[in-house]
Amino acid sequence: MTVATTEANALPRAHWAKWVVTLGAPLVGVIVGLAIGALLILLAGRDPIAAYGVMWQGALGGPRQIEETLLKTTPLLLMGLGLTAAFRARVWNIGGEGQYFMGALLGGIVALSFPHWPRPLLVTAMLAAGIVGGVLWALIPGWLKVRRGMNEIISTLMLNYIAILLMQYVARGPLQEPGGFLPQSAQFPDAATLPVLGSTRIHLGVFLAVACVPIVYTLLWSTPLGFRLRAVGMRASVARYAGISVNTIILFALAFSGALAGLAGIIEVSTLYTRLSGNISGGYGFSGILVALLGRMHPLGVTVASVFFAALVIGAQSMKVVYGLPDSLASAIQAVVVLSVLAADALAHRR
Amino acid sequence: MSEANASIVEMRGIVKSFPGVLANAGIDFDLLPGEIHALLGENGAGKTTLMNILYGLYPPDAGEMRFLGERLVLHSAADAIARGLGMVHQHFMLVKPFTVAENIVLGQQSPREPLMESPPIVHKRLEALSQQYGLAIDPAAEVWTLSVGEQQRVEILKALYRGARVLILDEPTAVLTPQEVRGLLDILRRLVDEGKSIVFISHKLNEVLAASTRITVLRDGKVIGTVPTSQTNEQDLARMMVGREVILRVSKGPAHPETPRLVIQDLHVSDDRGLPSLRGVNLEVRTGEILGIAGVAGNGQTELEEAVAGLRRPTKGRITLSGQDTTHSGPHAVSTAGLAHIPSDRYGMGMLRDFSIAENLVLQRVGERPFTRRGWLDEAAIRHNARELVSAYDVRTPSVETLAGTLSGGNAQKMILARELDRHPKVLLAAQPTRGLDVSAIEFVHRKLVEQRDAGMAILLISTELDEILALSDRIAVMYEGQIMGVVDAQSADVNALGLMMAGSTTARTENQAAPEGV
Repeated sequence: MTVATTEANALPRAHWAKWVVTLGAPLVGVIVGLAIGALLILLAGRDPIAAYGVMWQGALGGPRQIEETLLKTTPLLLMGLGLTAAFRARVWNIGGEGQYFMGALLGGIVALSFPHWPRPLLVTAMLAAGIVGGVLWALIPGWLKVRRGMNEIISTLMLNYIAILLMQYVARGPLQEPGGFLPQSAQFPDAATLPVLGSTRIHLGVFLAVACVPIVYTLLWSTPLGFRLRAVGMRASVARYAGISVNTIILFALAFSGALAGLAGIIEVSTLYTRLSGNISGGYGFSGILVALLGRMHPLGVTVASVFFAALVIGAQSMKVVYGLPDSLASAIQAVVVLSVLAADALAHRR
Repeated sequence: MSEANASIVEMRGIVKSFPGVLANAGIDFDLLPGEIHALLGENGAGKTTLMNILYGLYPPDAGEMRFLGERLVLHSAADAIARGLGMVHQHFMLVKPFTVAENIVLGQQSPREPLMESPPIVHKRLEALSQQYGLAIDPAAEVWTLSVGEQQRVEILKALYRGARVLILDEPTAVLTPQEVRGLLDILRRLVDEGKSIVFISHKLNEVLAASTRITVLRDGKVIGTVPTSQTNEQDLARMMVGREVILRVSKGPAHPETPRLVIQDLHVSDDRGLPSLRGVNLEVRTGEILGIAGVAGNGQTELEEAVAGLRRPTKGRITLSGQDTTHSGPHAVSTAGLAHIPSDRYGMGMLRDFSIAENLVLQRVGERPFTRRGWLDEAAIRHNARELVSAYDVRTPSVETLAGTLSGGNAQKMILARELDRHPKVLLAAQPTRGLDVSAIEFVHRKLVEQRDAGMAILLISTELDEILALSDRIAVMYEGQIMGVVDAQSADVNALGLMMAGSTTARTENQAAPEGV
């Protein structure tokens, strides 16, 4: 059959070309984005080369900087991995931010309630509570979708605000630091500190996040659950025909992404802030969506995307702090680079 | 060519390629004034592409077109309409809530912009046209109230209203009952008498023979030949179309039906809008027989299919599969009870285009041994299974890792057939099993169905192709508006009587087994 042979010949080349596009397009995007950023810096009357030098130095210039970037990567990676599973099932969980807050809240309550527990027990219980918080918060839109047919984009988005406001209320109400004036809880006990690697600031959370990369990969491609999840995402009507319970998969996808978001929340709050307040997220729930999409919903891609995104954030900060670029300009450059990477990626895959 | 000067449309050396496909490889075609010229070929032979080029929908890569001897260069369908070309697509381009007249002026410049052309004037002109060509239609009727045949007349009227001298009809009979087909052919003859020229795209031999004056056969983007209809026959045309001798009718011995395997009693089902779609259906399929459900599309076939497969919950009634009540079972339970299902919606149900062939072949059974061992997918077992099925069912593919979406329709259907039959089902639900397939794939599917019947399977065949129903069924049930109009023995079935039942006539009922509440 002639058709069959031509297809067979075309395959290896198509694979090769696909890889070039997959890896090349984002790179082109970064270059274009930095070029546009350079123009902006020039317009502000500053030297783009010097500014970018500072940016590079700040994000990846030395062990301390790399450490900083890795710490910033952790919540993004967790979020991005969870959303990868959700998006693969075509479940549009926009509620990572809320699930992050609820993870932090539930984990924080455990940390504050049992200050005398031994450290391994308290840390484990706290992280577990963080996961539970995220899962429960994600199952609300899950229930609404499965039972009531409510669009999860709207419900997860709305629940973000409820979670943030709930945290703000708790931080100035029931959990406010006794005798304190600020809207924040008491400091977590020492026993709730995650162990760190040697004299660095690299903590257990970083390792947990990295461990999730192969876990998500295996889940998606080596288990029947992942097979069904991807089938539902490809076309739910086909999955239903094949006897797959679409509702179960939807609930699982939400719960799984909620779990990782909640874990990110408790890790971040216990390492960086060490107390609960309304102000404990760098918008990870939203940048996590970008990371998942930028990483083409593949665990390895998401890993690269989260490091890239973290480096960009840290780099922009040092342009601001070290080089004295205006705050708005630093943020604009960051946004332009992300936009051009997304645009280059979209253009390369359009056909 | 001597007649070239007389042609109304002339296409020379038309080449058109799409990524990966050469749809038209240098086609010559001409249309004489006052003829019905059939364009015959299998799916993918390039018929529709050629006519879309003539209608200005896309430009040819090479070649030239002439209209009344003048060079024809089209940039859009609007250009084609302005030159006097009209096309009726396979899927009607009508706005359902609008009236006939509104649909006809839709997209046309009004003589008094920004206001609409005055309806009474439009109505008057439409009535005159209807009279002239024998197209009875009420210009004030809303399109959704019209039957499919009437909607097709609206499309023809639309083309005529815009001054078409040449009409291109793309598979116009696909959606019609046999009676409606006859009505259409009468209209076409009348149009030709009034000086129009018609291109009739089809892959159905008998209709082409009945309707046309000349036939051009396409295969793989090339013209195989152009013959006057009076000098050819079905067998010759089939050979030209496929490139080899074909068996037009699958050979099958008498059925030996035994015990009832699938029993449907007083089944009521609602459609997506919650309106009653099946209204008291009674059917019984026995082992070793094929029960064919004939009917025009949209008379409840989809709902029947989905209810039997467990995809749609009946509002009333009972479905029993091998003695097991599956009325309210989901698709998983129904399939476990022994149902295999070849779905009518191949890409919306039957397969995942972005999954590999190997993955598609274990869609239902992925969690079972040997495909999953101790919670992990066994990719080797999945691939092994795929390689066996692919060779047993002659699925043409470079590898089992290939994405299923790259398979041709015929190969995709073979893949689905392989997966469904390999599960050793007791009942086979085959819905539109050959829709969109080429002759050789149809042959394959038909042979498999008869084979399964002979091996003792109970087969419920739902098809809107009456020819298919007649060729395969042992008994035929005719469905109209959600009810069974009658069940007849296939041996003694009369096409005319079936056609009348398909149109809702009750007088033609033979062996009335259904409709307990009367019609």
